[in-house]
Amino acid sequence: MFRTALRNVLAHKARLLMTVLAVTLGVAFVSGTLVFTDTLKKSLSGQSAKDYAGVAVSVTSYGQSRNDQGEKEGEPGLSQATLDKVKTLPGVASVSGRVTGFAGVGDENGKLIGSGWSNQGANYTPVKDGKDPRYTFVQGAGPAKADEIALDEATASAGKYKVGDKVRVATNGPVKEYSLAGVFTTEDGAVQAGGSLVLFETKVAQELYLKPGYFQEMSVGAKDGTSADKLLSDIKPLVDAKHTEAQTGAALAAKQAKDIEKGLGQMGTMLLVFAGISLFVGIFLIYNTFTMLVTQRTKELALLRAVGANRGQVMRSVLAEALVVGAVSAVIGLISGIGLAVGMRSVIGSLGAKLPGGDIVIAPTTVVAALVIGILVTTIAAVLPAWRTGRIAPVAAMGSAHLPSTAKSLVVRNVIGSIISVLGIGLVVLGVSEGGDAGRMTIGAGAFFMLIGMIVLLPLLSKPVIGAVRPLLQKVFGVPGKLAAQNAVRNPRRTAVTAASLAIGLTLVTTLSVLGITVGKVVDRMSTEKLKADYKVSMAGGTGYLDKSVAEALTKAPGIKAVSPQTAGSFMVGDDFRAASGVNPDAIGQLLNIETVSGSLDSLGKGEVLVAEKTAKSKKLAVGSTLKVKYEDGKQETLKVGAVYKDMEGLLSPYVLDDKILDRHTDESAVSEVYVNVEGGASKAGQQKVVDALGKNPAINVATQEDMRNEMGGMINTMLNVMYGLLGMALIISVLGVVNTLAMSVFERTQEIGMLRAIGLDRSRVKNMIRLEAVVISLFGAALGVAIGVFLAWAVGTTMAKSMPNYELILPWDRIGLFLLLAGVVGVLAAMWPARSAARLNMLTAIKTE
Amino acid sequence: MTTTNYAPHTAQAVAARATQLSKVYGQGETQVVALDNVSVDFAQGQFTAIMGPSGSGKSTLMHCVAGLDTFSGGSVRIGETELSTLKDKQLTQLRRDKIGFIFQAFNLLPTLTALENITLPMDIAGRKPDRQWLDNVIRMVGLSDRLSHRPTQLSGGQQQRVAVARALASRPEIIFGDEPTGNLDSRSGAEVLGFLRNSVRELGQTVVMVTHDPVAASYADRVIFLADGRIVDEMISPSADGVLDRMKAFDAKGRTS
Repeated sequence: MFRTALRNVLAHKARLLMTVLAVTLGVAFVSGTLVFTDTLKKSLSGQSAKDYAGVAVSVTSYGQSRNDQGEKEGEPGLSQATLDKVKTLPGVASVSGRVTGFAGVGDENGKLIGSGWSNQGANYTPVKDGKDPRYTFVQGAGPAKADEIALDEATASAGKYKVGDKVRVATNGPVKEYSLAGVFTTEDGAVQAGGSLVLFETKVAQELYLKPGYFQEMSVGAKDGTSADKLLSDIKPLVDAKHTEAQTGAALAAKQAKDIEKGLGQMGTMLLVFAGISLFVGIFLIYNTFTMLVTQRTKELALLRAVGANRGQVMRSVLAEALVVGAVSAVIGLISGIGLAVGMRSVIGSLGAKLPGGDIVIAPTTVVAALVIGILVTTIAAVLPAWRTGRIAPVAAMGSAHLPSTAKSLVVRNVIGSIISVLGIGLVVLGVSEGGDAGRMTIGAGAFFMLIGMIVLLPLLSKPVIGAVRPLLQKVFGVPGKLAAQNAVRNPRRTAVTAASLAIGLTLVTTLSVLGITVGKVVDRMSTEKLKADYKVSMAGGTGYLDKSVAEALTKAPGIKAVSPQTAGSFMVGDDFRAASGVNPDAIGQLLNIETVSGSLDSLGKGEVLVAEKTAKSKKLAVGSTLKVKYEDGKQETLKVGAVYKDMEGLLSPYVLDDKILDRHTDESAVSEVYVNVEGGASKAGQQKVVDALGKNPAINVATQEDMRNEMGGMINTMLNVMYGLLGMALIISVLGVVNTLAMSVFERTQEIGMLRAIGLDRSRVKNMIRLEAVVISLFGAALGVAIGVFLAWAVGTTMAKSMPNYELILPWDRIGLFLLLAGVVGVLAAMWPARSAARLNMLTAIKTE
Repeated sequence: MTTTNYAPHTAQAVAARATQLSKVYGQGETQVVALDNVSVDFAQGQFTAIMGPSGSGKSTLMHCVAGLDTFSGGSVRIGETELSTLKDKQLTQLRRDKIGFIFQAFNLLPTLTALENITLPMDIAGRKPDRQWLDNVIRMVGLSDRLSHRPTQLSGGQQQRVAVARALASRPEIIFGDEPTGNLDSRSGAEVLGFLRNSVRELGQTVVMVTHDPVAASYADRVIFLADGRIVDEMISPSADGVLDRMKAFDAKGRTS
């Protein structure tokens, strides 16, 4: 029987082409993801092992902490004295201390060089021979004086800096000028990935980032013959166990490798989810193909039964066929996947992020997974068609002509579909009423059932829905339109399966788009309605705090009207830590549109606290009530509530205070941003004034209102585009499904098409008929997907509404329209080949009876 | 070799005419001559049957004259239109507007009702059917109470009657039938042939039918016999027995030669 199966595969090469393609694409996606992440994992782990090569023990300081009384405990870092003590231990070859922090270098236009997420500064720690093994100098040498620095090669060349040049370096505070002493290359992962690194003389770095005489980290090298573990146990008593962590270099490298694995694992999981969607969609196509193959071969299979093959043998022959197809596709998919991984690496490389090199890793598990997935998916999809062949009666061999698939009753199917759909919708509605994270989980489960229910119900839905557009098609396209609409529902099951794959993709795309755009609009509205400031000043790259001097410099600068630093602080209310914002009471009213429910903003200036409405309600606070707080330094104070304001999440914490009060109780600056108004309103010149006032600091970003909006919108758009790209694979497979279905339809209706040609339907209209059928099926699936997508987006959106002020569901009709248009185009494209073969059909052979 | 021109024996106008028509498949040694310089006229208002043994070229002749197939040499005219110069699009239009077809396998669209099937050629052309004529045709084939049925709900005979009505409904200049009774039992076959004869006698329709059944041929006004791609004989006002005898002569000749 296996030979029969093999023969059948070869005999139906063309018919199986789409199936092979679909499985191949899905498997390629899976194996590509696995190979890519494995390769990245290996090269990154290799990188971290390299980073810690020669480090026997590493000690990291957590800095100081506060005890219950709010008093400081411990040292700010690892002192030089500690380092010296470690150095005297037997078996220690070298000890170097490290202190790091933010350092931005500007190019000639004052723009920050580097990726924006890793702009680091560190101390240069030459060991015995006057060199630091981590850095290889290509020009000059390491910084030896307080006004000297060294730069990594990429940053130096981006800024066109040569040894001896003056370089402006920005740390959290004001910009300072240094002279370039050397240019180096390093294996440091962050630098390899496109970040910038500035090396300072140790004292300078300590002053900038910590405290003179202290380090954040120390690396200890061992003499030959001394084990790292022995050294670790020797070092441990020398350092404060409560405020530091000592580990061997090997343990650290392993830990880092594990972190990398975890991070990549998450990325891999996400990619695999999308690969899974593609494969799931592919199942429909495979199912359709095998159903068709079996129907076409009814007579043949019945003959096998008539001459003595039993049910199981006939069924197994179909499954064996699927197995062969699955195996072939899986192998092609695996090979393409490896190619995909190589391509992906070079694409990412060309986008600027340098990935560490290394050989492509093809793990045995990848090979096994690819083959198993390819074969399983194909075989599972063929199980139902195979089972049906078992039920073909031997007498069918005697029947005349191949019978069109009988219109079996859909009653059972519809009842099951309705139950699942109602269950799904019920869960979604339940989730909406629950709200919050739990509600979203319920909605997710409901969405799953809804999709399954919809797929089961599609044949039922296809008739009225497509029937409804028939008059329109007939009116616009005449006879081809009418025939297309009728042909589309001739085999409702097949149409349903074809449309289902598109519907799944469109459901996901629509849900994500509606939610993304809705959230984007909420944020947008918040920034336009709530934000009156002309500019937001923050650290470039979006992370880290500004130096206190920033707000001071701006306040003193000419042409600047209002300045308010936003200090992110906290205090204890009762036993709970509460976030508090520090603002400038004199200016905040001009910069943020704070709506008070009761009380007045002026109370801020009197040292009173503003409380957000929701918090006021839950804590039963009102204007005039008092609030006992404990600051970070442990000092306690009773504050009077001066006003209650409408919540401004993302802009203000639930408690708002004069920043001078918060400042008094914290030692580190925590100014996340400074809002600024300039005289005469926002303008190019106004922005320049702000930039000038900051000393053209490359590390500080001055954002206009538009920038602030784009920041969030851009993030959402990027996210949506990534999703679209990943779902694109599922859509491609759907297109293959439409091609497949149409090719089958054209094949089945050869005689009919021949007749239509004979009685006067010309080639172009035959093509139109096929195309329109494809468009109708595609749009049917797409429209359904959009409808469910909008419903789900509404459901998820409603659960978020509670935590989002000014929430309003926005349906991006332009985008949805574009999706539907694309679905139509998909139909036209998918119909290209089948339509051509229909138009080229030989009329005479077509109309002849067999 | 001389070719006889089988012109109609009446003085009526010609609905379709083939002149020196030849059709050759393949080249060189594998060359097969399906039609060998056939010249024949089909008069308006006449019912002609084309007969001949398998492989005689009778179907090929019909396909070429009906504009379904291309030919290698000679000319074919439908009314005043010469087919050899027409492109596919014009040929399609000609078939749509001037020719009706009846096939052995009925070839109805299962998605359309009987009435929609009947008016399909006119729908394709975007023409409104002549209501009165349509009613006449439908009454004649006895389908008045079956118009909303789908083909699957009709018997073979009824389906072929729908096909006859479809061919007649657009008042084509000529109707071609390719073994129209081949899939029918004798009673249904007789009915369909009766309709075709009536359409010629009463409505003045022109019908050309390929058949291998002498009884079917006896319904025609004239029978032409083909053998080896040539017209070898004809018979006016044939009887079933006369046709059968003539066909037996072919068989005998086939056996002796």
